[in-house]
Amino acid sequence: MKREILNARRLLCPLPVIRTQDKVKQMQVGDQLEVICTDPGVMQDIPTWCRINGHKVLELLSGDHEYTVVLEVGGG
Amino acid sequence: MLAAKTIQEQGIHVEGINFFTGFCVEGHTHAIREKDKAKPKRNNSLWVAEQLGIKLHIVDVIEEYKNVLLNPKHGYGQHMNPCLDCKIFMVNKARQWIAENGFDFIITGEVIGQRPMSQRKATMPIVSKESGAGDLLLRPLCAKNLPATLPEREGWVDREKLHDITGRSRKPQMAMAKAFGIDDYSQPAGGCCFLTDKNYSAKLVDLWQARNSRDYELDDVMLLKVGRHIRPQAHYKMIIAREEGEGRFLQGYMKEYVSMSSVSHIGPLVLIDGAPSAEDLYLAASITARYGQGRDAEQVEINVAYQDGSERTLHVKPILEQDMPKAWFI
Repeated sequence: MKREILNARRLLCPLPVIRTQDKVKQMQVGDQLEVICTDPGVMQDIPTWCRINGHKVLELLSGDHEYTVVLEVGGG
Repeated sequence: MLAAKTIQEQGIHVEGINFFTGFCVEGHTHAIREKDKAKPKRNNSLWVAEQLGIKLHIVDVIEEYKNVLLNPKHGYGQHMNPCLDCKIFMVNKARQWIAENGFDFIITGEVIGQRPMSQRKATMPIVSKESGAGDLLLRPLCAKNLPATLPEREGWVDREKLHDITGRSRKPQMAMAKAFGIDDYSQPAGGCCFLTDKNYSAKLVDLWQARNSRDYELDDVMLLKVGRHIRPQAHYKMIIAREEGEGRFLQGYMKEYVSMSSVSHIGPLVLIDGAPSAEDLYLAASITARYGQGRDAEQVEINVAYQDGSERTLHVKPILEQDMPKAWFI
C-alpha cells in the first residue's frame, strides 16, 4: 500500500476533483491519497466523487483555511 | 439529468462527462467569498451523477478550449459566449471519449428552441455534423422532432419512449422531473458559464486590449472572477479584494504581482496587474487607501510588496470619489 500527497492548494472546484481523479488513475487499489486544498468545496465534492466512483474517504480535516481529504483507492 | 434518466429507464448503461473550460461558474466565487460561506458548495454535475447512480468523468479542456473562445467559427452570442462552437467542441470531445472507452452513442439534454443561439432547429444538425458525431448523437428530450439517429434505427433505443419537447418553457421538463420523482435540480436556464455574463466579458475584453493579445491563462480567468477591477492607466490594472475571502484568495498571487495593503488602517489587499511606474504606484496607493477604513483620513500608510519579497511604504492621501472617472471601472 502506497500513500501519496496531492497539493491542490489555490485550485477551485472542480480542479481539485480533476487533479484527484487524474492522480487516482495512476494508483493501485488500496493505495491512499491525501489531497490538500484551500477551496472548502472539496469537503463535499471529493467525497461525492469518491462515492460515485467506488473510492473510500478515510478522513476529512479542516483548519487554518486548509481542507484535507484522505481517500483509499477502490476498485471502481 | 432528464435525458440521462430517460435513457436509463430503457435499461441502458449511462455515464456522464463534464468538461471544465475554466469559465464554469460552479461555485467558484461562492468558494472564494466569505459572505457566501453558508451557501451549499456542491458541484451540480457530481450531485446529479450521484442522484442518477452513474459515474461522472470530469475532463479538463482548459487549453483546448482557448481556440474555441478565441476563434469561434460561428461567432459569439450576446457577450463573449461562443455557444454553438462550444457545443460542437464538447460533442466532438465526447465522440472521442466514447471511442476510447467503448461506449456506443452520445446523449445530450438539448431541446430545440431552448436557447436562442445554440439550440435551434437549424443548429441541431450543425452540432451533429461539425462535431463528427453524426447520428451517434441522440437528444432524448426532443428526439421525436428530429430524424431518427443510429441508436433509434438499430433498436438500441426505443424511439417511442423518447420525447418531443420544444421551446423555451421549462414546464415539460419540470413535469417530467416530477414524474421521475426528482424534486431537486439545478436552476433551469441557469447561466453556468461566465462568458454569458456581461461584466465578466467586459473584463476579459479589457484584459486582451491591455495586453494587446487575445490570449489568457487559467490564473487570468480566475482573477477576473474576483474583486473590483479598476484600470487607472492603460498599462496597469488594480484588483481590489471586496472582502476577507477574496483577500485570502488574492494572497495566493502575491509572488506573481505587485501588491498593496494599508498599514495604518484596515483595508483590502490589492494586486497590480501590468507594469506600473514608480509614479503610478502613488496613484494606485491612493486608490487602495480609498477602499480601506482610512478613506477619510488625511494620510494613509500603504505597504507595497514586490514579487521578489521586497517592500516599501508610501504615505498617500486617499483619492476622492469624484476624482475617479467612471471609465476606470471595468
